[in-house]
Amino acid sequence: METESSLAIRVEGLKKQYRLGSIGGGTLRESLQSWWAKRRGREDPNSYIGFDARLIGQKFWALNGVDLEVKRGERLGIIGANGAGKSTLLKLLSRITGPTEGQIEIWGRISSMLEVGTGFHRELTGRENIFMNGAILGMTKAEITERLDDIIAFSEAGEFIDTPVKRYSSGMFVRLAFAVAAHLNSEIMIMDEVLAVGDMAFQDKCLTRMRQAADDEGKTILYVSHNMETIRRLCDRCVVMDQGKIVYDGEAGEAIRMYMGSGLAEGQVVFDLSEHTTNNKGLDGGLRLLELRIEGKDEARYQPGETLRFRVRFRTETPLFGVSFRTVVRNETDTPLGTSWTPVMDLAEPGMYLLTAELPLGQLVCGTFYCDIGFFYPLDGGGNMVIDNARRAFRFEVVGPRNWRAGIRGYLALPESTAVSLTLENSL
Amino acid sequence: MATEAYKSYTKITSKHRLLDLKLGEVWAYRDLIVLFTKRSFSVSFKQTILGPLWLFINPLLSSLMYMLVFGNIAKLGTDGLPQMLFYLSGNALWGYFSACVTKNASTFMENAPLFGKVYFPRLVLPISNILATAIRFFIQMIMVVALLTYYVILGVVHVRPVVILLLPAILIWLGLLGLGTGIIISSLTTKYRDLGVLVSFGIQLWMYGTPVVYPLSRVEGTLRILVLLNPATMPMELYRWALLGVGTPVAWSIVLSLCVTAFVAFCGLVLFNKVERNFMDTV
Repeated sequence: METESSLAIRVEGLKKQYRLGSIGGGTLRESLQSWWAKRRGREDPNSYIGFDARLIGQKFWALNGVDLEVKRGERLGIIGANGAGKSTLLKLLSRITGPTEGQIEIWGRISSMLEVGTGFHRELTGRENIFMNGAILGMTKAEITERLDDIIAFSEAGEFIDTPVKRYSSGMFVRLAFAVAAHLNSEIMIMDEVLAVGDMAFQDKCLTRMRQAADDEGKTILYVSHNMETIRRLCDRCVVMDQGKIVYDGEAGEAIRMYMGSGLAEGQVVFDLSEHTTNNKGLDGGLRLLELRIEGKDEARYQPGETLRFRVRFRTETPLFGVSFRTVVRNETDTPLGTSWTPVMDLAEPGMYLLTAELPLGQLVCGTFYCDIGFFYPLDGGGNMVIDNARRAFRFEVVGPRNWRAGIRGYLALPESTAVSLTLENSL
Repeated sequence: MATEAYKSYTKITSKHRLLDLKLGEVWAYRDLIVLFTKRSFSVSFKQTILGPLWLFINPLLSSLMYMLVFGNIAKLGTDGLPQMLFYLSGNALWGYFSACVTKNASTFMENAPLFGKVYFPRLVLPISNILATAIRFFIQMIMVVALLTYYVILGVVHVRPVVILLLPAILIWLGLLGLGTGIIISSLTTKYRDLGVLVSFGIQLWMYGTPVVYPLSRVEGTLRILVLLNPATMPMELYRWALLGVGTPVAWSIVLSLCVTAFVAFCGLVLFNKVERNFMDTV
C-alpha cells in the first residue's frame, strides 16, 4: 500500500461519458432536426458515424473505470490504439473537462502540454509569447523572468527572440514552445505526443531534458505517444489502454511488446477476427469480418518481392454493391507505410463469403509489419466510407538482406537509380 | 525531497458546487489577467499606421455621425448640452458597456482552441475583457474631459463633484450587467451558434432603447416606461447627470436596474461555472 506522501496522482474508478448523436455545437435547427427524428423513431440525421462497439445507444464511455496510482518522480508512458481513451484521461487529469464518475487526486502543481505553443499569438514576439505561454501554463511573471535566460537558450531562438512568431519557421516555433514547457516549475507534467514534431536532434534534447527533470528535480511525467521509440527512451513504467480501460501496467518494454503484438504471434497464419471491435454501427452495412488465413505458407515470413496471399472469411446480411477491400500496412511502431485497394466488387446476396486476395509486397524489404483490413465504399474525391474494418488484423515478416537495417535504410528498397551519364570533368 | 513543495493538493470529482467560483485560483493567475489585458491592446495595433490613435479616431468619427444624424437631421435634442460633448461622453460609456457584452459573449467560442488544450481558471478571460474595455473607456475619457474643461471654463456646463464617486460605481454597475449578459449569451452559444449572430444586432437595438443618442427627458408616454424598464438606462442617465450636470434620474428605475444587474450577474456566474467544466465536450 502506497503512503499518500509518495504519490503524485491517484485515480479511482474514473469514468467519462460522451453523448453521441445529441452532441452539441450545432445550430438550433440541427437540434430540432435531431429531436424530430428521435420522436419519429428515425435515425438522427446529425449523429456522428461511430466506429466503435462501445457505442451503446447514444452513450459512449471514453473512459470506463480507470484506476491508476503514479508515484512521485515516475515517468509514466500511456499507449493504446486510437480511441482507447488516452487523450481523454489526459484531459481529465489536466482539468480541461470534468469526469462523469470517479475521482482524481493530485499532489502538486500540474501542467499539461497537449499541444505545442498553446496560447501563442502570431503577432506577439518570441519573448512576449514566452510570458503569455508561461502564464497560461500556470507560472507567475516573476517565475518566468527568473527562468527567461534558460528558456531562450534552450529554444535556440537567439536573436529572433524579439521577432513576432509569425516570422518563425515551424521548427523554431516548436522549439520555443517546448522550451517554455521544459522550464515549468510544476511538479507534474503531462505531455501528449508533443515530441512528435521538431527535428530529431531537438527531439533528443527534449527527451534528455525530460529524463533529467524527472531524475534530478523529482518531477512526475505522464507521456502519451504513438511513437514507441520515444516511450521506450523516456518512460520507466507504461500502461496500455484499450476501450477506456487500463489493460496492462508495468515495465515499458513489456508494455510496448504487449500493445504491438497484442494477440498476434510471430509466424502465425490463422487470425481470428470475430472479436474485433472496429465495427461500424453508424453505417451498419451488416458486414462483418470473421477470419483471415494466410495461404501458401506455414509461417508468415516472406522474401522481398514475394506476393502475400490470404483468404478472408466474412458474413454480410445485406447485399452490398461497389465495395472495395483495403489493406493498410504498418510498421512495428504503428506508423502506416502504405495502403492497397482491390477494384470494386459486388456482394449481390447476403451470406458467408470467402475472399482470396493477393498483396504484392513490392519494395517492402525488411521488418515486421502489421495490417489493418476492411471493406469500404470508395467515395468521390478519393475518400472512403468504412463498412467494417479490423485494426491490426494480421502480421507478417519480410526477411531481407541481413545487413539491411530499417532504422537506417527504411522499410523500402526503392527502384534502382539510373546512372544516366558519367563523365570525367577534370583529371587530377 | 522537500515535502512542502507538494503542499498543493487538488481533488477532481464528478460533483461541482454551484457557487464555487475558485476566486483563490483566479488570484493565483493574476499575472495571466494582466497579460491577456495587455495582449488585447498590443495585438490590435500591430501593423496599423495610426496605432493607438485609433482609440481616439473611432469615437470621434462616430460622435460626428451622431451629431449629424441624431442632432441635426432628427433633431432629438441634448438637454441643452453642447452636441459634441453630449455624444462623445455617451458614446464612451455605451462603448464600454457594449464591449463588455459582446466580448464576453464570444469568450467561449473564440477561446475554444485554448480551453481545449490547457486549464486555467476560465474566469480569467471575462475579467481581463472587462479590464481592457475599462482602460479603453478611460482613454476615451481623456477626450471627453478635455472638451468638458473647455465648456466648464466657458460656463456652459456644470460638473457635479459627486461624479468622482459615482463614475466608478457606474462602471462596476454596467460592467456586471454586461458581464452577466455576455456570459449568459456565451454559455448558450456553445450549444447554439445562431445566437452569436444575433448579438451584434441585439446590442444595436439595445442602444436605441437606452438614452445614448437622445436625453431621457425627450421620451414620453409608454415609450418612457419602456425605456425606464431598461436596466442600462439609469446608469447612463446618472452618468450624464453627474458628469454634465443635466439628466433625469428616476428612483424606481434605479432600484429596478440594480436588482436586474445583481440577478443577471449572479445567473451569469453560476451558469459560467456550470458550463466551463464540460464546455469542451459540446463545442
